[in-house]
This record gives sequence, C-alpha cells and structure tokens, in this order.
Amino acid sequence: MGIASGIGLITNRNPIYSVLFAVLNFFCIAGLYLSLQAEFIAIVQIIVYAGAIMVLFLFVVMLLNLEDEKKPEKSWDAIRGLTFLTALAFFAELVFIFQSFVSSGNKALSSSDAFEFGTVEKIGWELMQNYLFPFEMVSVVLLAALMGAMVIAKKHN
Amino acid sequence: MEFVLTDRLILIGISLFTLITVAAYTVYAERKVCALIQQRVGPNRVGPLGLLQPLADVIKLLLKEDIVPQYANRFLHFLAPVISVTLALTGLAVLPFAKDLHIADVNIGVLYVLAVGSIAVYGVTISGWSSNSKYALLGGLRSSAQMVSYELSMGLAVISVVLLTNHYFEGTEYLRLSSIVDAQNGVWNVFRNPLGFLIFTVCAFAEANRAPFDLAEAEQELVGGFHTEYSSMKFANFFLAEYIHVIMGSAMITTLFFGGYLLPFESAIMGMGVEEGSMTLMFLQIGSFLTKTFIFMFVFIWVRWTLPRFKYNQLMNIGWKWFLPLSILNIMVLAGILLFL
Repeated sequence: MGIASGIGLITNRNPIYSVLFAVLNFFCIAGLYLSLQAEFIAIVQIIVYAGAIMVLFLFVVMLLNLEDEKKPEKSWDAIRGLTFLTALAFFAELVFIFQSFVSSGNKALSSSDAFEFGTVEKIGWELMQNYLFPFEMVSVVLLAALMGAMVIAKKHN
Repeated sequence: MEFVLTDRLILIGISLFTLITVAAYTVYAERKVCALIQQRVGPNRVGPLGLLQPLADVIKLLLKEDIVPQYANRFLHFLAPVISVTLALTGLAVLPFAKDLHIADVNIGVLYVLAVGSIAVYGVTISGWSSNSKYALLGGLRSSAQMVSYELSMGLAVISVVLLTNHYFEGTEYLRLSSIVDAQNGVWNVFRNPLGFLIFTVCAFAEANRAPFDLAEAEQELVGGFHTEYSSMKFANFFLAEYIHVIMGSAMITTLFFGGYLLPFESAIMGMGVEEGSMTLMFLQIGSFLTKTFIFMFVFIWVRWTLPRFKYNQLMNIGWKWFLPLSILNIMVLAGILLFL
C-alpha cells in the first residue's frame, strides 16, 4: 500500500491528489515504524509530516489553484538523463547497503533492545546525553532555515 | 482485570454507541441551554420535554436528498465527511474510563491524541476545497489555519502536564494517559498547573471550532463555512464530528487536569466498604469520569451562547502572540519549580 501510494504520488497529474497520496504514504511509513516497535517515531511521523507539513502543502496547492500539470515538451534532454542516472545510482547504493546488512548476519538490536529503543524515554536520553551536540547543531540549522524563509518572504514587500 | 479480545470488541461497541448517542443528545442539550440563556423554551414538541428531538432530527437528515454541487470533486466531496467522523471517533481509543478500563492504553497516549487532532484538519480542508465554492474554501482554509495555530499551544500545555506526571508518578511511562491520571491521585493537575489548564481549555475550544472561535462557520460572512455545500447525511456527519470533538475535548480536559476517573474524596468512599478492583468501584469511576466530562460539555455550550465571536486577526493574535509565549513561560516556570523545590 505504501508503494502504491508512492506511485500514485508521482504519477498523478492533479497536485491535490498527489498531496493526498503523500499523506497516505506517510501513514504507511508510520505503520512500518510501528511494526518496528518504534511507537514514538511513528506518532511523530504523523504529527509532524502528515499533521503539519502536508497541511501547509495542501494549503499552498489549494490557494495557487493549479491546473493539471502539462506534458513536458521535450521528452529527453541532458538534465533529465542526469536525473535518471542519479536516481539509478542512489537505488543501486540502497540495494548494496541492504545486501551488506543482510550478509553481515543481521546482528542488529535484539528484539528486547529494539523494544526498549523505541520508547520516548530512551530516545530523549540518547538525544540529550550521547548526541547532544549534533542535536543542538540540527536545531541551529533549522533556525537558520526559518530565518532564511522569513528574509525571502520579506523581500517582496 | 485483563481484557481479552472479545471483551475489548464489546467495549469498543459500547463506547462508540454511547459516544454517538451522547453526541446526538449534546445537540439537544445545546438547544435547551441556549434557550435557557436566551429566555426561550427550546425544543419541546417531540416526546416529553422534546427528548425525542435528536431521533427525529436524525431521521429527517437521513431521508433528505443528498445534493452534490455540479462542479465539485465527487470523490473528495464524499471522502471529507468520512475522514472527519472517523478521526473524531479514533481519539476515543486511548481514553481511560476507569482503572484498567480502556480500549487500548498505548504508552504514547497523549501524543496519539495530539496526532489525531492534528490530522483532523484534513476533513475540513478537503471538504472546503472539493465543494468548489468560494465560501466553503474560505471556511475550510480559515478553520485549518486556526487548528494548526492552536495545536502548538495545546501541545505545550500537554508538555506541562507530562512534566508534572514525571514528577509525581512512580512508574516510567509518563505519556500513558492512565499514568497521567494516577499521578493526580490526591491533588488534581488543575491545582498544580492552573495556567496550563486555561491554555488547554481555550485551545480545545479552538480545535473543536466552537464559539468564540467558530470563524470557520461565521454565518454572516461565509454562509455555512466548509460545510456550505453539504446536505443530508453528509452534513449530519460534520455536525456529529463537531459534537464528538466537544465530547473528546471535555474528556481530555477531565483526564489531563481533573483526575480522569479518580473519585473525589476517594479515601472517604473507600472507607465505606468499596473494595479495590470491585465492580462497584469501576462503576463509580466511570460515573466520576462521565460526570466531569458532562460538566465540561456544559461549559462548552455555556461559552458558545455567552461570548461573541472573535475577529480573525484577533484570533491569530491571541493564538500566536499570547497563548504560545504564555504556554512556553508556563513550562519554564513549572520545570523550574519542579526542579528546585
């Protein structure tokens, strides 16, 4: 279902349907997290992506009142070829990583550890103790992005 | 008491049936209270005291013609009321009705409620857009902007409750709704955290799209808001969703701030020979939970017929410039007090 909604997302000509498919896709991903015992990440996925970001997307798309996307005039040029190659390389990398992960005997977390790991307390502890510096850096980057958006919005006035 | 699957299904059935019936009678209560406030009589023709009015209304709505605007997006137009009602109902799943009586007491209960609230926006937005009418679109956009804005303060108010739970609860799972209730044994959160209660209540009003925040359906400007183009049972579904939001909001206020199913003067009642884990205690707890919830539903109705509607800029001002800083301040002060005292 996740894959189907993903395909629906990129093939639909109507942007509203694309946004709604994306929401459905996020729910599927949340379901995957749930099946990995990571309830917190699953619910945050829904709150942040489905609940906040996609609502804004939906807003913008509705307000712009977009028409159905037109067919591109040229079907093949250098940029498109490059895009295709990059996507292919990325996919190959994913396959490679997955392969090496499986062949390494899958010594990932045992199920009891994994169960522990998904809880809010554990994640909070890890973020605030072991990964405090990267965590703070990410928040600074986010703040900078926020400022950038504001500056761009102000310029038009 | 451990529940097996069939018990749980029965519980889901009972609670859904109760919820929808209560929602129908909230409409009746709203009309009666409104009549009381405006010195009128209110519905009194159908049955004794007009008590069968909700039934008559539902039958009327079911039998009405279902009209879909010619240029509407038929599929989304159909989907929007379904989303609204479904999401309104799913919040019920994590509420603890009595000690160990709940449909699913997940360990991230509070976040679950927030998540369900945050995706409830879709029903409104989609209905506004798919009707292909400017009034509906504006109503939908207004109410979704409002819901997104007030969610933030609501989430922060919830965080203050979680802080308190962390301090007073002996277990480890602070986001479980039943732990939050148990942490209030003795003193309710409303006395520990009055500002948080105020913020949460106002945000619950805004989330339910109720007066004084019912900008989305400002009749004078927008005809009917996002459900202008809906008729028959689809319209009834939006109506139902609104009242379920009222009930869920009241139930959440009760759970987070008024001790949920905890009985007032519990030690005195336990002294009168009610045993731990007995059926009597369970029914007393359900009664306590429902009574508190009903009181807040009354407050919802009371406020609607007392206060005038805000203007849209006032609404946004209050949301972003008052409640958001206030709730952050509340968290910081509360955290400081809990840490150093």
